Amino acid sequence: MVAILETKNLGITFGTHQAVQDVSFSVEKNEFKSIIGPNGAGKTTLFNLLSGQLKPTKGEIYLKGQQITGSSVVERTRLGIGRSFQITNVFPNLTVLENVRLAVQSQAKLRYQAFTHYRSYQKFEEKALHWLHVALLDHKENTLAINLAHGEKRKLEMAMLLALEPELLLLDEPTAGMSLEDVPAILQVIKKIKEEGDKTILLIEHKMDMIMDLSDRIMVLFNGKLLAEGTPREIMDNELVQSAYLGGLYDEFTSQS
Amino acid sequence: MIIGIALFVFPFIYEDRSMLILFTQIFIFAIFAMSYDILLGFTGIVSFGHAMFFGIGAYCVSVMLKHHEPTMLLVTGAISLGVLFSLIISFVVGLMTLRLKSHYYAMLTLALAGLFLVAAEKWRTLTYGNDGFTFQVPEFFHDRLHFYLVCLVLMVIVYFGLKRFIQSPLGRILLAIKDNEQRAESLGYQVLHYKIIASIVAGGIASLSGSLYALSLRFVNTSVFTMDITLDALLMTIIGGVGTLIGPVLGAAIIELAHHWLTGLAKVHWIFERWLILFGIVYILAVMFFPNGIVGSVRKLVSKKEKKEDVSTSENIVKEG
Ligand SMILES: Nc1ncnc2c1ncn2[C@@H]1O[C@H](COP(=O)(O)OP(=O)(O)O)[C@@H](O)[C@H]1O
Ligand SMILES: [Mg+2]
Repeated sequence: MVAILETKNLGITFGTHQAVQDVSFSVEKNEFKSIIGPNGAGKTTLFNLLSGQLKPTKGEIYLKGQQITGSSVVERTRLGIGRSFQITNVFPNLTVLENVRLAVQSQAKLRYQAFTHYRSYQKFEEKALHWLHVALLDHKENTLAINLAHGEKRKLEMAMLLALEPELLLLDEPTAGMSLEDVPAILQVIKKIKEEGDKTILLIEHKMDMIMDLSDRIMVLFNGKLLAEGTPREIMDNELVQSAYLGGLYDEFTSQS
Repeated sequence: MIIGIALFVFPFIYEDRSMLILFTQIFIFAIFAMSYDILLGFTGIVSFGHAMFFGIGAYCVSVMLKHHEPTMLLVTGAISLGVLFSLIISFVVGLMTLRLKSHYYAMLTLALAGLFLVAAEKWRTLTYGNDGFTFQVPEFFHDRLHFYLVCLVLMVIVYFGLKRFIQSPLGRILLAIKDNEQRAESLGYQVLHYKIIASIVAGGIASLSGSLYALSLRFVNTSVFTMDITLDALLMTIIGGVGTLIGPVLGAAIIELAHHWLTGLAKVHWIFERWLILFGIVYILAVMFFPNGIVGSVRKLVSKKEKKEDVSTSENIVKEG
């Protein structure tokens, strides 16, 4: 099997705090891998390194064998890495439709057309509406993103990610802050992407039960280090994980953060 | 639309030379303010050096007309040359500075415009410094009415041209960058490219307005490079409505008319002579109470009314522009 994504001794230090340390892992094509770990473990920071928002102070990243450690966010997006953000990151003063349409437009590589009217590309709007439908955000297209409820913003985030049609999806706690009745629906969306089978997915989630049956493999991050990796079964049975994450340490950790 | 047609007919019915000049002035500054709004309102770039391009346009035309026989062809050529210069300079400046954080960029543009001002004052052989110089305009422009119409037509062209520009796929990306730069980047848009494109377009059009300004006065001095010019654009844009095109036009009209009347009032009381102070106050009040300018505030009112009938019309605020 080919590794679509690979990191070698990846690390980043903020001041003296090593948020991510020596993380080496690889993700195979069309694999579904989840990353779990308590708050502050460095999961989001790891994503920031993968998508280019942060530059590592140590180590390398490879996409399909090609070194991308120094590549910019824009380059990585164009190479097929798409991500969603844990803290909602949309265009607040644009409509929901426009938010997604911009992603569709980028996916269609229409980047410097300055003379035609944007609405003459009906296909973009249709596609954007399609992605909104997939992300369960029908009938909201004309609302400004800023006026959406929190859970709806998460769905919009999802629709924008899907609209980019990336090969590699980085999902950072897509259900965080959603109302409970919405969570299964969003999981359903993720499941559907998985079943289509042509996407590689990295999912951050700190609710363990949610990802057990979705994931092919699970990585456990703890204090910036890769603590364990394996199939869901293996992770469940792993004593280190038990004690560090599921056991006492976890409670201790979450109560302080 | 109706106002537009009225403006075309107006000078034929009502022949008052000073009104004609005042309106010409409004058209010229409307063009300038629209160009500024491409930066401020549509891309979210704050520049304090926009006068730079206004001045380049003004001097290009003035110097050419001073040294050559004033023909229409020459005027057209000189305006084009000014625009070309501005395109090049805004490209270079943009490339160097637009990477910076916005407040550094604002300060740097201020410094650059200052540099042009100093250069214009020192290069006396060409510019006659602060004293400036007069020059001849082509026969055709001796009739103020002709010049009025030319400026009006150019304003309309710029308005519709920019409208198309901001409603293009590229224009939508500018709006996205204004709203959330990082997000635009993570969608795969190279933000720097778009900022440079916006500043090139704005620079070129500012140069056009500067050229027209010099033609209207038949005189130029270093004041075209001063901060006042940039502040005018800022004021017009903010009072009229940032992020719309009709806003700057409206703002230009208000500021110019107010300026005209207040100068008239200067005989009544000296305070009216310091009209810039008055505008400073108006400006602060406007920012405090109408942060969206006139156009933005009206739209909000309208969309609120519509909302009572139909819940989902808030998009009007962004859609038009
Ligand atoms: N830009 C930053 N500057 C300084 N510290 C940071 C930055 N980003 C994250 N951190 C720190 O790195 C640690 C890991 O954070 P994060 O990756 O957000 O954790 P997680 O997503 O696993 O909850 C935290 O202690 C956080 O305070
Ligand atoms: Mg996180």
